Amino acid sequence: HGPYQPHEPGYGLDQPEYSPYDDQIPDPKAQMLAIQNAKAYLLKTSTKSGLNLYDHLANVLTKILDEQPTNTVDIIENISKDVKWARFQKKMDTLRDQYEILPTFEAAEKCKALFVKESGEENEEVIEEEIGQSPLPNVMETAFYFEQAGIGLSKDESYYIFLALKNLTSVQPIQTCRFWGKILGLEMNYIIAEVQLREGEEEEEAGEEVTEEEGKGMDEVEEQDEEKKKEDEPPKSTYKPPPDIPKEANGTGANKYVYFVCNEPGKPWVKLPPVTPAQIVCARKIKKFFTGRLHAPVVSFPPFPGNEANYLRAQIARISAGTHVSPTGFYQFPEEEEEEEGGDTYEENPDFEPPSVAEMVGSVSTWAHHVKNILKQGRCVWINPQKSEEKNEDEDEEEEEEEEEMDEQQEETGPPLLTLLSEDEGIKDIPAWTAQHSTNLIPQHSVAIIQSNRWPGAYAFATGRKFENIYFGWGHKYSPENYTPILPPPVQEEYPSSPAITEARDPTLEEELAFKAAQEALAADEEEEEEEEEEEE
Amino acid sequence: SLNCLDWSLLTPATKEMLAQAEQLKGRFQGDPSFEYNFAEINPQAAEKLFEGGKEPVIKEEARLIATIEQIDRAVGIVPRGAFVKTPLGSVHENRHFEGLSLVEAKKLSSYFHFTEPVNLKNKTLLEKANLDPSTDFLDSLEHDIPQGSWSVQLEKGGAVVVLRSLLWLGLTFYHVPLTKQYGYIYFGTGEKNMDLPFML
Repeated sequence: HGPYQPHEPGYGLDQPEYSPYDDQIPDPKAQMLAIQNAKAYLLKTSTKSGLNLYDHLANVLTKILDEQPTNTVDIIENISKDVKWARFQKKMDTLRDQYEILPTFEAAEKCKALFVKESGEENEEVIEEEIGQSPLPNVMETAFYFEQAGIGLSKDESYYIFLALKNLTSVQPIQTCRFWGKILGLEMNYIIAEVQLREGEEEEEAGEEVTEEEGKGMDEVEEQDEEKKKEDEPPKSTYKPPPDIPKEANGTGANKYVYFVCNEPGKPWVKLPPVTPAQIVCARKIKKFFTGRLHAPVVSFPPFPGNEANYLRAQIARISAGTHVSPTGFYQFPEEEEEEEGGDTYEENPDFEPPSVAEMVGSVSTWAHHVKNILKQGRCVWINPQKSEEKNEDEDEEEEEEEEEMDEQQEETGPPLLTLLSEDEGIKDIPAWTAQHSTNLIPQHSVAIIQSNRWPGAYAFATGRKFENIYFGWGHKYSPENYTPILPPPVQEEYPSSPAITEARDPTLEEELAFKAAQEALAADEEEEEEEEEEEE
Repeated sequence: SLNCLDWSLLTPATKEMLAQAEQLKGRFQGDPSFEYNFAEINPQAAEKLFEGGKEPVIKEEARLIATIEQIDRAVGIVPRGAFVKTPLGSVHENRHFEGLSLVEAKKLSSYFHFTEPVNLKNKTLLEKANLDPSTDFLDSLEHDIPQGSWSVQLEKGGAVVVLRSLLWLGLTFYHVPLTKQYGYIYFGTGEKNMDLPFML
């Protein structure tokens, strides 16, 4: 509208005292009413933008009074525009930015759980009692020694593993515990702890359920047989599968230790089932990568009896049997050795004098295996599957040192328990073990390191009385030749072929007719001859 | 170098060396002047060499050179975008490379072999239209045969992505996403894993 020009109606109305209605002094009531009407007009909302003039003017004036810019009258239009524009920006966002939970954060949360110390007074007392017998291994110390050799994980990871082992020992009833190593996998890796559970606390494994199921299966088959007795039964096969070789009891032989695995420190530990000889025998024949998931099936030929957890356990057993070594003399057989057990036990030698590091590196005979060798059968102690007597065979086992391959019916022997490493046969011309110093520059503090060539990734160190074994790798044995899978067995013959059973081609129609004609001709000839004879007679 | 102190320069590999080294199997000895006797390994090849006037012996140094070349050629990888190709054809480092994002870092297609591309020409025109010629001029890892010969893992909760080759066991490539850090290194016995198809 702007200022009114003199010729327009309404000129001078905006000036006080010149309003045309001034001479009529309105009643206070009427004035109030007029004010209210004016205000109502100002509050009328615009159809376009939903604003009303009253609020807008109030906002503009508030803003001006707040900010007090210079030359307000010149920029009043801009201020008005800004206020209108600011309406669309909310000060308080009802939608909050959803921050991406970074996977780093999640991983850190899991690790944080490791760092939380168990609270509670009871635990403090327990800790005091057990400090003398803590089963927890000193992973950091071991990591330090291996680091001298250039083997090992980063300090961070070692510490996480340390804390994870501490969790394990507090949860499970554990007598001794050791960090066995790390096996790499396609999707995830495995961290493995070797553990001995306290006696009496071991649970019976689910492996026994298998025999129960088989029992049930047998019952069902018998029922069906009874039903079918009246019907003709197809001939039953006389094939009896070779008897299952029983697995070794928990705590002996290949199942001496119980193994726990986890994918990463911070994740829960999973107990691996004990290993059966069939699994070890099959694991020797296949070579597969680990995926990192324990329940993954192992697809191979010959078909592996079990899933990845069993395959992992079998490889762990083979690696332990092949590469766990200690300085010679550290362990000795107990004095009251009984032949029946087959020298399964060993104890620390209190009179052990550690050879110097130079000696340990110089000759491989300063090291000895302290885990029992696994026989071809898949067990450490041979068992005749047809009988089940063990007594006779054990005595022979101790005496012979060479592995001899014999028939199934005869016993299998293997190297006795504390064999020196020098007796390990190499592969072609590669020695089985390679030994070296950790450093040539400081011989006083150097450590003797030995690494296996048969199982690449297995290392052991020794210095003074301390020694330790560890494994970092993919979990496969080394062979210079390529791996060839076993050929499938030849197709079995259903029956021996003999002339009585071989089919001959049936004679065709023409042949039959020709034969008949020939016969008739013969008969005719005979008749003719007879006739001739008769005639002659 | 044998002790990280004294270094000796290796000559680049020749095709002969590569061909001969492929026939050698087994571990390295550790002595660069050790000589493998060809006669034991492959008498036919030895005879050929005899005729050619050379001795049927190959030095470990040559085997080492050939192995390094093979590893680099087969499994030397770089992240996508780390190198650019100019219109003139020359390839050089991309100074603006900021690293791959976490999502990209998990995919095999964001890593390339750092050698002459072999498969690039075989791609259909449709696929080529999506490529950016300045960064996508190398073979990606997706089409490596056999499939699944790389293992991708995130360490430290996603802070580092680690690729391990299963063809050459011991080759490890690392990259910290969203940074310029990447690299690959080989620790191992120097033997190709010929059993890979059985192991997957």
